[in-house]
Amino acid sequence: MLGLNKKDTNLLLVVLALTMLAPFILNPFPTDSGLAQFNAGYPDLMQRFAIFGIFAIGFNILFGLTGYLSFGHAAFLGVGSYSAVWMFKLLSMNILPAIILSVIIAGLFALVIGYVSLRRSGIYFSILTLAFAQMSFALAYSVLTPVTNGETGLQLTLSDPRILGSSAAADGSIPVTNLFGLEMRSAWDMAVGPWTFTFSAGYYFCAIVLLVAFYLSIRIFRSPFGMMLRAIKSNQTRLNYTGLNPKPYTLAAFVISGMYAGLAGGLMAAMDPLAGAERMQWTASGEVVLMTILGGAGTLIGPVLGAGMIKYFENILSKINESVLHGWFAFMPDGLEDFFVAIVYPFVGKGWHLTLGILFMLVVIFLPGGLVEGGQRIGAAFRRKGKKAGGAEAEAAKQQPGE
Amino acid sequence: MGILEVKGVNKRFGGLQALGDVNLSVEENTVHAIIGPNGAGKSTLLNCLVGKLIPDSGSVSFAGQSVLGRTPHEINQMGISRVFQTPEIFGDLTVYENTMIPCFARRDGTFKLNAIGSVGSQTDIRDQAMAMLEDVNMADKADVHAASLSRGDKRRLEMAMCLAQEPKMLLLDEPTAGMARADTNNTIDLLREIKEKRDITIAIIEHDMHVVFSLAERITVLAQGTPLVEDTPENIKGHPKVQEAYLGGHG
Repeated sequence: MLGLNKKDTNLLLVVLALTMLAPFILNPFPTDSGLAQFNAGYPDLMQRFAIFGIFAIGFNILFGLTGYLSFGHAAFLGVGSYSAVWMFKLLSMNILPAIILSVIIAGLFALVIGYVSLRRSGIYFSILTLAFAQMSFALAYSVLTPVTNGETGLQLTLSDPRILGSSAAADGSIPVTNLFGLEMRSAWDMAVGPWTFTFSAGYYFCAIVLLVAFYLSIRIFRSPFGMMLRAIKSNQTRLNYTGLNPKPYTLAAFVISGMYAGLAGGLMAAMDPLAGAERMQWTASGEVVLMTILGGAGTLIGPVLGAGMIKYFENILSKINESVLHGWFAFMPDGLEDFFVAIVYPFVGKGWHLTLGILFMLVVIFLPGGLVEGGQRIGAAFRRKGKKAGGAEAEAAKQQPGE
Repeated sequence: MGILEVKGVNKRFGGLQALGDVNLSVEENTVHAIIGPNGAGKSTLLNCLVGKLIPDSGSVSFAGQSVLGRTPHEINQMGISRVFQTPEIFGDLTVYENTMIPCFARRDGTFKLNAIGSVGSQTDIRDQAMAMLEDVNMADKADVHAASLSRGDKRRLEMAMCLAQEPKMLLLDEPTAGMARADTNNTIDLLREIKEKRDITIAIIEHDMHVVFSLAERITVLAQGTPLVEDTPENIKGHPKVQEAYLGGHG
């Protein structure tokens, strides 16, 4: 289907089901139950899952295939966001032109940074990209204030021209982002018994873009271009002496992954029309590296899983504060309760980074292929068990006629 | 005029004159060996031929075109394929993919952004690569990861990759270094087979006299960066200058 082989088609269908049913899957607990705080099915977070999924898919095209570790990818995300917000300010609140512009501008930006950075490989390449991203961050924060609005961040105002739209909505407020009239913030609640599921236009738009981005990445992985990128990771000397120039290949991969980042940045602004310099900071670049490695670099689905996992931790674990913990351990005697709260507390709430760090260490040490490798191992274990059981049954079947 | 012409090439590394006034002419469709003791400048000469080093003076031309100042991939596209001392292959890719890459290089040149169509739909490339693998008796290993091949098979694969480009000239850098005698003999047989099946020029840099005298039609002896003699294997064997270079004058 769609020019994919059977295995890839199945993978795409799984992602299709996961993204379309996300409001159900991520809301397994009734709204009034004590576990409701583990529900992640609210539009804001689901949008972030999809957006960072796109970001990580793009990053994986560069890092997973060519092995070039960029530490500055957040710069393209930030550039994408700024471009989109400028489009909202100048043109109209329709998100389509905004997103197209973010992809183009991020692509051009990536072309320049990639052209310079790719003169080196290995750690030097990483340092160069990091330097560029930090430079962009510093510029956005200070010198480029007329364009980026400095530390306040770029926001919409009532005095923006919006030549194809209107400066202000009918009620005098700032208009909201939309796709040909479909407001991104509009949502529809569905109550089923004690559960409430929210379907948001913004999320579904992000999910569809994620699906397209994922589909494109499968095509790239399976194409001759993808094979060349893997060849670059494997042995650049041989590639050189096989009459192929590795430079344009790596540059193309860099630009494509920069465009994915720009797309993610544009979507971010489309969901919430503001852009700040902190989106370009090195911590944001590091986060996408974590996502990709946690999920499984070089695999198709890994980066999406990694992005989902980190964003879930960031938003759900961090909400668990001391009083919530006391609620959990309330059934214990007082002294014991305080003791358990004291032990668990550093790992949740503001300390969620600690849990993430430990998890990351465990994955890197025991599952170098990331969560995908974990899934494969579990799958293999089940298959072995299934085969053994099947074998025993066959034995039994063989013995029966003799009885 | 030979297919490869080296004229008056000098290369100096600091105080060391690695190559001094090297002249060499390799005739088309012959096997030409370059031999010499350790430190004679064999590898330096080879690196000047493939674009890894640029000589200080002199000229190197291949099929009438100068190769100086060109990058390795450009020189490869001119028709020189290089086989390395330790096999350089794409270890993370399968044997089949390894063989497809040079087929792509031959068809599409140094760069082509072919990012949407799948590898599976490139039937011409797949057929070429498979034919090449059958030619070197490796078709049964097509789906094996190249890194898990034996040393001998890696060498065989590397040669298959070079030949898949249908080069005018195959350049071998000590192809049997560090090999057991049986593997060395296999490599010699493989090279003989390659030579018999097609019109190709082979230049071979080698230390092992057994290999050289089994294959070469012309031999150039290099010592201390300059060619001593160039002749047929029969004449080289008994040449006093060669024995002097190799055995220190008491041959």
